[in-house]
Amino acid sequence: MKKCWFTWERRRRLSRDTWELVLTGGTSQDTAAITAPGEFVNIALPGRYLRRPISVCDWTKYHLILLVKEAGEGTRELIDTVPGTRLDVLAGLGSGFDFSPETVGTNPVLAGGGIGAAPLYGLAKRMKEAGQAFRIALGFRSEEDAIYVEEFSALNCPMEIATEDGSLGAKGFVTDLIPENAYVLACGPTPMLKAVHSLPQVTGGQFSFEARMACGFGACVGCSIQTAGGPRRVCKEGPVFRKEEIIW
Amino acid sequence: MVDLSVNLAGVTMKNPIIPASGTFGYGREFAEWYDLDILGSFSWKGTTAQPRTGNSQPRIAEAPAGMLNAVGLQNPGIDAVIAEEVPNIARIFHGPVIANIGGFSLEEYAENCRKLEDVVQAAILEVNISCPNVHAGGKNFGSDPESAAAVTRAVKAVTKKPVFLKLSPNVTDIAGIARACADAGADGLCLINTLLGMRIGLKDRRPVLANRTGGLSGPAVFPVALRMVWDVYEAVGKDLPIIGCGGVSSARDAIEMMLAGASAVEVGAANLRDPYACKKIIEDLPAVCEELGIDKISDLTGGAHDD
Repeated sequence: MKKCWFTWERRRRLSRDTWELVLTGGTSQDTAAITAPGEFVNIALPGRYLRRPISVCDWTKYHLILLVKEAGEGTRELIDTVPGTRLDVLAGLGSGFDFSPETVGTNPVLAGGGIGAAPLYGLAKRMKEAGQAFRIALGFRSEEDAIYVEEFSALNCPMEIATEDGSLGAKGFVTDLIPENAYVLACGPTPMLKAVHSLPQVTGGQFSFEARMACGFGACVGCSIQTAGGPRRVCKEGPVFRKEEIIW
Repeated sequence: MVDLSVNLAGVTMKNPIIPASGTFGYGREFAEWYDLDILGSFSWKGTTAQPRTGNSQPRIAEAPAGMLNAVGLQNPGIDAVIAEEVPNIARIFHGPVIANIGGFSLEEYAENCRKLEDVVQAAILEVNISCPNVHAGGKNFGSDPESAAAVTRAVKAVTKKPVFLKLSPNVTDIAGIARACADAGADGLCLINTLLGMRIGLKDRRPVLANRTGGLSGPAVFPVALRMVWDVYEAVGKDLPIIGCGGVSSARDAIEMMLAGASAVEVGAANLRDPYACKKIIEDLPAVCEELGIDKISDLTGGAHDD
């Protein structure tokens, strides 16, 4: 965890409501605060009291890549930030994905729904770098809503896409793309997570949750959810929870 | 060299800055950000007899210059706090701790406080009679002078530690409740808890918080808190110390709160926006005091009142 200043560098439109933002850290120590894919950053915006928690899509020595979907005024302001603006960022928050081969086994499937594809990209890149085999399964409402398809494709890993209207890939849902005996690493809207979690062919997995948060580092317990082991903070023990911990 | 030390009912603190209950857990999370020993004290999370999981999600909403929370007194329960958190506090903080205590009956308040009698770090008991987020718990006791006095007496009967009552701003006459607590033997007061508020989602036309209402905190409430500290100081300031709490975000806010009548200052929501909020206030205080010609910060208490 580190409180640091990132400079809002540039943006690129990915779909009608989703943008890729590139932020640059002041030193190489800033992105070094991020230790695993699936962690998030909490960004202070001028004139807004609560920070905006945003999942980390990818990071390099100096750059932070975030995929931001316009959800309200705060995210709109983050997307419309003037290039060169310095943003107060808490980096390296939460517990991300554990993608060690001992944990994910021989059949890991990265399952993303909509904006939930964001942290899976950073995860896929690092699993690829580690020489691990995995499949990618992404679901979107339609081709218009699909994001980061080219970036995922460039990783040259087995990938399938489903859209609700069939405009891109198979017609259907991401749940239709999950093979037998899958260990899923999932991120997406709650109904999608719940559907994936309940699939009989899913033998195990990790699921990344969203919650309204205040601090983002465990102090206020505002984001606490019920799990099999008792209350757990989405911002601290999560956002990634193991399949067996989750109760709906 | 500015003297930042303050005294609260016989408990000396190296400075008047205290992270407020509910924004600081039991210290663990902030110990990852800075050395807690710079703090005057900290007020731990409101603790009840039984473990509580709190309210449903969502529990947090934004507000202009502040936030709403409806956590609902989630805590591991007094026995787990004594067994697991107190030994950890001994490792991360070596000053006096303010033990915030919640309850749903006079017996529960008394029992929780009695259990803390042998916990040496718990220097002050801060009895929460003002949580706005639990139904039939806490707040009702703080809503009228007689029940506030009854809690004060119940707790004073079982402890030798200084007892501070944490008061609700959601009342008609906070000074009257303060007077009742003072007459019942309170050693000090802490005010204010959060102000009851709500938000509604424009798309789904439903309250944002699952609990419907939540407690407003942050800079938005600072002038309200300041006014209430002023009124309570007028009513009981000669008799007992006041911890001023509500929207304090800077060293200047802390000084203003002390001028209104506070002997020490709790900092709440600011910790959640900036984990270093209290550290920065403590670091800024000497220079701001020097600029304002303050040699001894405790001289400020009530300084804005006529004699």
